[in-house]
Amino acid sequence: MTALAWLIPAALFLGLLGLAGFLWALRTGQFEDLDGAAYRILDDDDEPAAADRLTGENERSKF
Amino acid sequence: MALAIDFDTGAIPAEPRHEAATERVTLAVENLNCGGCMRKIERTLDGAPGIAHVRANLSAKRVSIAFDPQRTGTEAIIASLAAAGFHAADLATGTAGDVDSTDRDLLRRLAVAGFAAANIMLLSVSVWAGLASDMDAEIQSLFHWLSALIALPTIGYSGQPFFRSAQTALKAWRLNMDVPISLALLLATGMSLAQTIRGTEQVYFDASVSLVFFLLIGRYLDQSLRSRAKGAAQNLLGLKSGWATVLHDDGTSERLHARALMPGMRILVPAGERIAVDGRVVSGTSDIDEQLITGETVPRTARPGDTVYAGTLALTAPVEIEATAADDATLIAEIARLMETAEQNKGRYVSLADKAASLYSPLVHALGLATFLGWLALGAGWETALTTAISVLIITCPCALALAVPAVQVAATSRLFKHGVIMTAADGLERLAEVDTIVFDKTGTLTRGEPELTNGAEIEDDTLAAAASLAVASRHPYAQAVVREARARGLDFPSFSNVAETPGAGLSRVEDTGAEARLGSAEWCRVAASTPSSQSASEASLYFISGTGKPPAAFHFTDALRPDAAETVARMRQAGFDISLLSGDRESAVRTAAEAAGITHWLAGRKPHEKIAELEKMKAEGRRVLMIGDGLNDAPALAAAHASLSPASAAEVSQIASDGIIQGSRLGPVIETIAVARRNRRMALENFAIAAAYNAICIPLAVAGFVTPLIAAIAMSASSIVVTTNALRLTTARLKL
Repeated sequence: MTALAWLIPAALFLGLLGLAGFLWALRTGQFEDLDGAAYRILDDDDEPAAADRLTGENERSKF
Repeated sequence: MALAIDFDTGAIPAEPRHEAATERVTLAVENLNCGGCMRKIERTLDGAPGIAHVRANLSAKRVSIAFDPQRTGTEAIIASLAAAGFHAADLATGTAGDVDSTDRDLLRRLAVAGFAAANIMLLSVSVWAGLASDMDAEIQSLFHWLSALIALPTIGYSGQPFFRSAQTALKAWRLNMDVPISLALLLATGMSLAQTIRGTEQVYFDASVSLVFFLLIGRYLDQSLRSRAKGAAQNLLGLKSGWATVLHDDGTSERLHARALMPGMRILVPAGERIAVDGRVVSGTSDIDEQLITGETVPRTARPGDTVYAGTLALTAPVEIEATAADDATLIAEIARLMETAEQNKGRYVSLADKAASLYSPLVHALGLATFLGWLALGAGWETALTTAISVLIITCPCALALAVPAVQVAATSRLFKHGVIMTAADGLERLAEVDTIVFDKTGTLTRGEPELTNGAEIEDDTLAAAASLAVASRHPYAQAVVREARARGLDFPSFSNVAETPGAGLSRVEDTGAEARLGSAEWCRVAASTPSSQSASEASLYFISGTGKPPAAFHFTDALRPDAAETVARMRQAGFDISLLSGDRESAVRTAAEAAGITHWLAGRKPHEKIAELEKMKAEGRRVLMIGDGLNDAPALAAAHASLSPASAAEVSQIASDGIIQGSRLGPVIETIAVARRNRRMALENFAIAAAYNAICIPLAVAGFVTPLIAAIAMSASSIVVTTNALRLTTARLKL
């Protein structure tokens, strides 16, 4: 039964990790533009401006 | 680009001085349609001075920009987007946020409920398996306590939307669907907690948490649908409102957003610009295109002292106006009053889901109570009685019914969205499905709202080219129609800088030979006005004299129908709709349009309050009217009709008053909309039937005590899935009216 002592916390921890991941993604605006993201990956521009890389994180303060 | 600051973590940027100076703006971009556009917008703005960062959002058709207000401004950004070929406008402040945060709030609650449901299920499955094998009481109790630990905060957090809604309903002495849901949740959770404390086996946290999870899915679908429609409608409105040049007393001028204008300000309206406020003309005389306000295609000449309305277009010359507050005497104020009464008279439409809930919830409560009392009376313990009663509540009230309508609506609205129809009213589709009479407005709805040359065949190429070379200098719709015709024929015509325009009269140019060419009204060209009898009175005309002694040429115009107007009307009639035309325009113009579109019942010259009276008359005859209109003068009628639609070119007020907006130049989507609305209703009823059938089988079993809350939860999920799958058929179904 000692297995339970670590299996259950491990299961809960992994579940919480998933939940935290989802909430993080939601908060940082990952679901804001589902159509646009599909195109962004096709854009092979290798000189993104510094601001461009940061905007993803800044989305959350927009709304 | 040090201005891009991670606001959330509060990281101190390299140049903190700039942080306070960064402003944010969200712009709606009309033609942001593809990945390429997104990239182009971001590239265009990224290099522009004062721009800290840009992020285009393809789904929302918006761009959010952070910029330094010292170095650039919203208008400059809009101008640089315009140079890149994008029509952008900023949204009213605050509109971007609220809808979105409700969306996210529900999604967060849904995620928490999903996590909890999965983990409690994990524990529950172990317990059920343990019941059959060798799980000892302590482990079982531990698992129950763990479930309680997860379930209690989850119900408290994720169940809030239901509790709040139930509370609101109860306060108003009403019952809605959320009352039995909340009751089932609270009872199931409360009883499970009590049983956990006592250490028995009747623990059903899994049932209550998965109930919350499934119900939240329905709620989220419903909400996200509504916010998408709302966002699209906001974009349209944002793109409509404009900027104005405000003249200050000291002689300076300033570009201000239309929303920032105040009564008393003096505003300069250049020729070709839309007037942003209601006002009085102070100086200048111009032809004013009032089509959006009155439905009249022929421009009116406004002189100093005349009143002009927001949304009208100064065509031929700049005017200076003084903004007036909407006092009671103005047309706008009258329309606002009429709309208010229309809304009141219409009364609250009871949606299908509410109707179902008002019948259903009392029944469910009574059944639950009867089960509890019945089992007690039969001598069962209170635990058994309560468990059975909870099973009845869970099995009856839940998802199938709560999902029945939203699931279908999501499918229907997405389908319409793809066809360019934005449904803005929540119950609009249901009302559209009941419509049996369709009333069109003329100008801008049935017609394109722009004049077209009718007697092109009679006009020779060189005359047309000569007229066009004058006309090209003017924004008057007739002049532009002449230019369009000349271009369509592929004619080359010069444009001159010495063309003079006299508002309300016409254009003139003195040629090198000293001869004066004129294009304009009969009076302007010194032609006896009512000469050609062949010309029907509905058509408006321009005359052209070359000044070389040639006889004057007449150009006749009519407001052409939308390309598929006649076909659409015919299809509607075939489908059994009564069709009428209700217009504020002159009788002759309305008759011509009605004949061309094949509408036999038409009424012309109707003022806004008379339009309402006509609709009331139809209502009294027991008809349910769909009003389709675009002008400000249609807004009260749109609000009064059973259901209403307006084209995307409609006045702001009309768009807000109607249930849906049709984009594009065709009328065909109206038919699609009605067809989808009808199918929407049929499928919602189908879903109710599925839910009812499921209840008819399960309730007797539940009342008899054969169903534990757990089985109830599983059965409920199954019925939800069936209902949702049924709804999805609507996205691909082939529809006929």
